[in-house]
Amino acid sequence: MTDRTNQEWLAELREPAEGGALSDLRSLLIRGLRHAMSDRPAVAEEDLEDFAQEAVLKVLTGLPSFRWESRFTTWAHKIAVHVAFTELRRRRWQDVSLEEITSAPDSDFIPERFADPAAGPEQLAVQEMVVRTLRQTIARDLTERQRQAMMAVLAGGMSLQETARRMGTNRNALYKVLHDARRRLKTNLLAKGLSAQDILAAFEPRGPE
Amino acid sequence: MKPEPAMLRGLVRGVLSTRQDEIGCDECFEEVDRFVEMTLAGKNAAEAMPLVQDHLQRCRECREEFEALLAVLRGLS
Ligand SMILES: [Zn+2]
Repeated sequence: MTDRTNQEWLAELREPAEGGALSDLRSLLIRGLRHAMSDRPAVAEEDLEDFAQEAVLKVLTGLPSFRWESRFTTWAHKIAVHVAFTELRRRRWQDVSLEEITSAPDSDFIPERFADPAAGPEQLAVQEMVVRTLRQTIARDLTERQRQAMMAVLAGGMSLQETARRMGTNRNALYKVLHDARRRLKTNLLAKGLSAQDILAAFEPRGPE
Repeated sequence: MKPEPAMLRGLVRGVLSTRQDEIGCDECFEEVDRFVEMTLAGKNAAEAMPLVQDHLQRCRECREEFEALLAVLRGLS
């Protein structure tokens, strides 16, 4: 029943009649989501139906943006998975406020005194330089928005999507905020004269001597 | 927040591996169906689409959706 070519799917969905391609698509997406959610017992069958329903609507409105670079059904499953995960993340974080997760004092998520019991004296010296540079950069050079995003996502482990929602933006834009922050931190770290390799070596567990 | 060496190590790695040309979540989403199909066909998607690969390594949420999409297509095949 779902063995249609891309052309057939698109042709039938552009003139959706009851039953036919529309209901085939919906049941295909439900079956797909069952596989995607097989390790999440908290997701009920009605949830899958809701996700598939919303995904079908998004597929229909998104038809003009289908780029013919994959199978149509792969593209539709991608949309269904995105709808499902978006909702599941919303539920997972719904009781957590951004304030809770970012209320520690400035740049506190990088400890002032960082003691790595596994490090030797040279490693410790590099680690201290790194910690100092990161803290200074966060305090002086990053925007409040960059700092907040880093704290929530990198230190607090909060969902990018849900942090973005609370900051009045979206996941893609928040990724870019974090990307800009990382670029600044990288520039300042490398300005201290050590290579990336040397810096990383100071954070590797020491091998046998 | 607990001062975890592993957290700092992860942060430093993430910072130092930062590249200028990283793509965002939207662009990754655009490309990921093709990436998944290549992966399932046994082709080297990471080599063909290095920026998607890079984003999937950095972005937990895009990676989650990529893995779920793989599970869907594997489950239905
Ligand atoms: Zn992403």
